Amino acid sequence: MSPRKLPQAPQKGAEVSAWRLLATLGGAGALAGFLLVFVYQVTQPAIQAYKAKVLRESIQEVLKGPARWDTLYVLDDALTPAPPADANLATLERVFLGYDEAGDPMGFAITGAEPGYQDIIELIFGYDAESQLVLGMKVLSMKETPGLGDKIEKDSAFVAEFEGVSTPIAGVKPTRATGAANEVDMISGATISSRTVIAIINHKLERLGPMLQRYMEERT
Amino acid sequence: MPRKTTPRQDLTRGVWRENPVLIQMLGLCPALAVTNTVVNAIAMGLATFFVLFFSSLLVATFKRLIPSEVRISAYILIIATFVTIVDMTLEAVVPEIHKALGAFIALIVVNCIILGRQEAFASKNTVPRALLDAVGTGFGFIIALLLMGGIREIFGYGSFLGFPLFGANYEPWIIFILPPGGFFTIGFILLALNWWQRRQEERAKAAELAEVAVGRAA
Repeated sequence: MSPRKLPQAPQKGAEVSAWRLLATLGGAGALAGFLLVFVYQVTQPAIQAYKAKVLRESIQEVLKGPARWDTLYVLDDALTPAPPADANLATLERVFLGYDEAGDPMGFAITGAEPGYQDIIELIFGYDAESQLVLGMKVLSMKETPGLGDKIEKDSAFVAEFEGVSTPIAGVKPTRATGAANEVDMISGATISSRTVIAIINHKLERLGPMLQRYMEERT
Repeated sequence: MPRKTTPRQDLTRGVWRENPVLIQMLGLCPALAVTNTVVNAIAMGLATFFVLFFSSLLVATFKRLIPSEVRISAYILIIATFVTIVDMTLEAVVPEIHKALGAFIALIVVNCIILGRQEAFASKNTVPRALLDAVGTGFGFIIALLLMGGIREIFGYGSFLGFPLFGANYEPWIIFILPPGGFFTIGFILLALNWWQRRQEERAKAAELAEVAVGRAA
């Protein structure tokens, strides 16, 4: 190695004025801000479109292919298809009521989220208010342990347990299953994750169940 | 000026001889955290490459305009801007991969490989040399991540790039895709690398001695 001077950043003059420091960082910050706002504007439509697409596909999946669906908003302990104009639609809780080809209701699709083992688990499930059965469940987002907790999404046997299970759901260890209609076999090694999935559905139905039922009765 | 290197050396040294992960031991956090599959490793490697390349470009271009008192804040600002661009672009273009990489995209901002190259090289060299260095270092990072991701996916899922390799009877070695597997993998890679390097050195020494012996005999 040849002898060399200590590394030094380029320097001009001993003293740099405070204004120059401010101007450098301020100018760079402003440029960065403009650039980021531009990229945000460009990418946002695609990001929103993807989120909407995921939601559409999930509704299709948990309600087993409805021909169309209505969006209902939860307002003052009741479901309403048309909230007042001054309500903020983005923050209102929503459920989706799916219909088959003949226009008969197939069930509700409901989203819910609660903390799991590592982070919030977000899922959507289909629910038939009349028979009080869960029609299907799909995890929308989670960060559970790969190989263990992520089975709530990847283990098709566990996901299939939710098709036609009656509510409120009880999670049981596979060895202690009695075959009751409301039992779901928990995943060994993913107790907390499976328990959270069940709790999300139970808590949602506890709160929304009567509203859903009332809405269906008033409809007819 | 720092020690003289040829442009060729600028390009190649980061790839292997001064590989950021395997030799300099920098950027271990993403190298351990998001290499449980090959796809994640490639995405992380490319994202870091992009940020490194454009940060080096800007830092080398504006090095005379940035007063040395605020150079680190200026570098971080430049790096953070490109990271945010990558983050938004990945979410718009490949949302599945963006979901898998999670918080680690945002954490590229504090990746010491990138800041290290700005402070040690790009801020003191011409734009073309800084870009060669960024390309070399970026490739070195991708190679290291691919090595990790390949080993971990093959053992942990029994697949490569999602294609199953061993058939249905293979019982995946789940520890390899969990965090401890990352430490095991980097440990064994470094073990193999050091063993190989030491053997090379011993052979070189032995060859030298043999030459001397031959010279005496003659």
